Amino acid sequence: MGTDTDRYTGEYAVEVAGLTVDLERGAVNVVSDISFALAPGEILGLIGESGSGKTTVGSALLGHARAGTAITGGKIVVDGVDLLSLNRKELRRYRGRVISYVPQDPRASLNPAMRLGAQLQEALTVHGVASRQQRLARIRQVLDEVKLPSDDRFLRRYPHELSGGQQQRVVLALSFLCRPKVVVLDEPTTGLDVTTQAHVLRTVRELCRSHRTAAVYVSHDLAVVADLADRIAVMYSGRLVEVGAAEEVALRAAHPYSRALLDVVPDPHRRREIRTIRGRVAALHERPDGCVFADRCDFVEPECRRQPIGVVRIGDGHTALCRRTEALPVRAGQEEESTRVGGTPDDAVRTPGEVYLAVRDLRASYGGKEVLHGIDLTVPRGVVTALVGESGSGKTTLARCLGGLHDEATGEVSVDGRRLAFGAHERSAADRREVQYIFQNASEALNPRKTVGRSIEQPLRVLGGADGPLSQRVASLLADVALGSDAADKYPSQLSGGERQRVTIARALATAPTILICDEITSALDVSVQSAILLLLKRLCADSGLTMFFVTHNLAVVRAIADRVVVLNEGRIVEQGPVDHVLDRPQDPYTRQLLGDTPSLLHA
Amino acid sequence: MTPPDDIAVATPASATTGTARKRNAAPPRKQQSADGVRAVLRRTLRLRGARVGLVLMLVVMAIAFLGPLFSPHDPTATIGSPYALPGGDTLLGTELLGRDVLSRFLHGGAVILLLSLLATVVGAGTGMLLGLVAGYRRGVRGELIMRSLDVVLSFPPLLLALLFMSLLGTSPLLVLLTVAISHVPYVARIVESSTLAVTGRGFVQYCEMIGVPRRRILTGEILPSIVAPLTVQFGLRLTYSISLIASLAYLGFGRQDPAVDWGMMISQNQSNVVGSPWPVLLPVLAITIVTVGANLLTDSFGRAVGVDLGREG
Repeated sequence: MGTDTDRYTGEYAVEVAGLTVDLERGAVNVVSDISFALAPGEILGLIGESGSGKTTVGSALLGHARAGTAITGGKIVVDGVDLLSLNRKELRRYRGRVISYVPQDPRASLNPAMRLGAQLQEALTVHGVASRQQRLARIRQVLDEVKLPSDDRFLRRYPHELSGGQQQRVVLALSFLCRPKVVVLDEPTTGLDVTTQAHVLRTVRELCRSHRTAAVYVSHDLAVVADLADRIAVMYSGRLVEVGAAEEVALRAAHPYSRALLDVVPDPHRRREIRTIRGRVAALHERPDGCVFADRCDFVEPECRRQPIGVVRIGDGHTALCRRTEALPVRAGQEEESTRVGGTPDDAVRTPGEVYLAVRDLRASYGGKEVLHGIDLTVPRGVVTALVGESGSGKTTLARCLGGLHDEATGEVSVDGRRLAFGAHERSAADRREVQYIFQNASEALNPRKTVGRSIEQPLRVLGGADGPLSQRVASLLADVALGSDAADKYPSQLSGGERQRVTIARALATAPTILICDEITSALDVSVQSAILLLLKRLCADSGLTMFFVTHNLAVVRAIADRVVVLNEGRIVEQGPVDHVLDRPQDPYTRQLLGDTPSLLHA
Repeated sequence: MTPPDDIAVATPASATTGTARKRNAAPPRKQQSADGVRAVLRRTLRLRGARVGLVLMLVVMAIAFLGPLFSPHDPTATIGSPYALPGGDTLLGTELLGRDVLSRFLHGGAVILLLSLLATVVGAGTGMLLGLVAGYRRGVRGELIMRSLDVVLSFPPLLLALLFMSLLGTSPLLVLLTVAISHVPYVARIVESSTLAVTGRGFVQYCEMIGVPRRRILTGEILPSIVAPLTVQFGLRLTYSISLIASLAYLGFGRQDPAVDWGMMISQNQSNVVGSPWPVLLPVLAITIVTVGANLLTDSFGRAVGVDLGREG
């Protein structure tokens, strides 16, 4: 790892200099002064929160600017040609052949009506591989490389016949088909569970190594990239605030923002204090004049705000956009930190109280096909239990059974000795008040036509339980989830992803439940937003003694929030126990595999 | 993020996997609320098609409903020789039986437009109810509703109408009902599929979880979410109503002589269309214009809300 590019003397695979993207109207800058060069086979991790401009840079590398924006300056030299000097037609010949793109959602780039073979062939035909024999040979070779079957039966399949991970591999195959010099990967694993993600990451690395293809890997998650990339570039507010070798940045981050990003990443191997980055990314037209990070920085001085910050050299190929790097305290080393915040599971786990929620021989099926095969589970009051497993392991089905959203089930679920019906319609109002469910996708979980206030009021109107005026209760609930009372009059589309999820949490808390079920509620969010939500939930649980179920595929999140963990595989519990116990000494091979696949900064 | 178990992934609002990308350094978002009725109307009327369509519809409707007030003659009285050319007492000449063309034209529109509107309201309303129930409750009930509607769907609307008429005779009420029935399966299908998509979303599931009564979920959560496709369907169905009812009238299943409607005017006078074009041309033009107008308006509305649906979520 860590090829030293400063000493690299050969020809670069891609050289970007002074790349600038502006809005077409109003002379507002989106990203500016992006410069880096990649040697053949080198992987750059481009990191930042939503709104940092990382995707803008990613697509600009292909000479593309989204509607309303324009590339207004800079150079992107690939293969000796400046892509920005080409016209549309010439650019099309380069895209896919010399520089290719892997999007976040593979479904978006596969034609659902075309067989895989035809789609792969098409890519080669467009770029002039004439003979059918040659094309097929190349396709089979690349499919082998991405570890997909390459026989005719597979080529005759349609995209919808593949799993999400397989689809993403097909897209990888497509982008490497023409042996490009550079590949841009835009969060290609964000929609995948950890095991599939680990496979895809491994494939990307092998492809880049064996073809000497340079790659720009865009992600919001430092832990994902730290292990994959040779170099890391951290973006904030449209600028590269830090660039350096992956190990350097992971261990000795110089910019306060990089440090903050490192701090918010949960780790599966040790219990870290949950930290957050205060404030939020400034909107385009509200960016500060001086240091772009000044408003959220813990080390800011008046001088920082006066004028734009110049590039500061930290070490060999390591630069940062911060004038105070010297003054920053030494960041606690990894080892040191792990002992400092060593796991202290909550009292509830050490001295298990009486059973609050009990599940006995729960079997659930979809359309006659059984997906949960006899789940037995007991949970004391006030304990946070994580349900972990890959997609298809049955963790969400289990959560839905508890929440009353799935009634094709047999067995017994009881709370405090009372038996709960499976369908919510058969539960008493009191039971429905006690058990609340938070959905993964907050923008779908809120009616887009209702104000936030109306949404939060709804359970109170339906189930009762509010003393005093509703508006007052809504305001206090919003305050509980750290939102201002002015949010009540907004519509979901006016909020950010994290804020929307806070609203659904507030709605779930409205009826003062004793059991809260969270279904992957942070997996669609940025890591920094995720840590803020986790912190909020942790505080709520401590304050009100909530018994919480937290469904996730990410063991790092488990370590951060849960007291107990239940590992599910193919509809069965394979392992359960206190979090620190299970994750420090996993017994089941499946748990070990999950743990190994979970990205961790410790590996970097 | 785990892919959800159900495959409701293709709905526009569920493109959350892409939101992070969309949000990145996107141009500063204008404050947008969920589309109020007024905002949608304003956006619709900003389109030229909508304005033209509205004017066309209003003109024909004014003729049909206000026309009788300005009628120069009794539409049923013979005032000259058959097919007299325009001039003198008659601005546009006379028709087959020597009655004033203009007066008959002015009197003949209201019934067609009114019946069309009512048939559309009844048909689209019924279709909406069935579609909502079928889409929300699925299962045996939904299957039963949708498959029986498929039977209706297999008859061409005009044929269906003729079948009913020849079995039960003609009356305005029957015309209304048969045309309404012919709309039901089309509207029900659209509403069912939209309902299905909305039902899979978290906010509907949340309502079920806290035990909002099903009827309230249908009216309070689902219906408002499918207003846009429903309105487009209503507009489309209106234009079909107009042409279907005019066709039925032309075939003799409308008002009976001496009363008048536009369809009847066309059929009575078509044999002499070359010698005396006005009694045919006027109703043909009126029906064409109102249909085109309604279509333009519907189309613009669809585009106005379509744009909005794309930006949601």
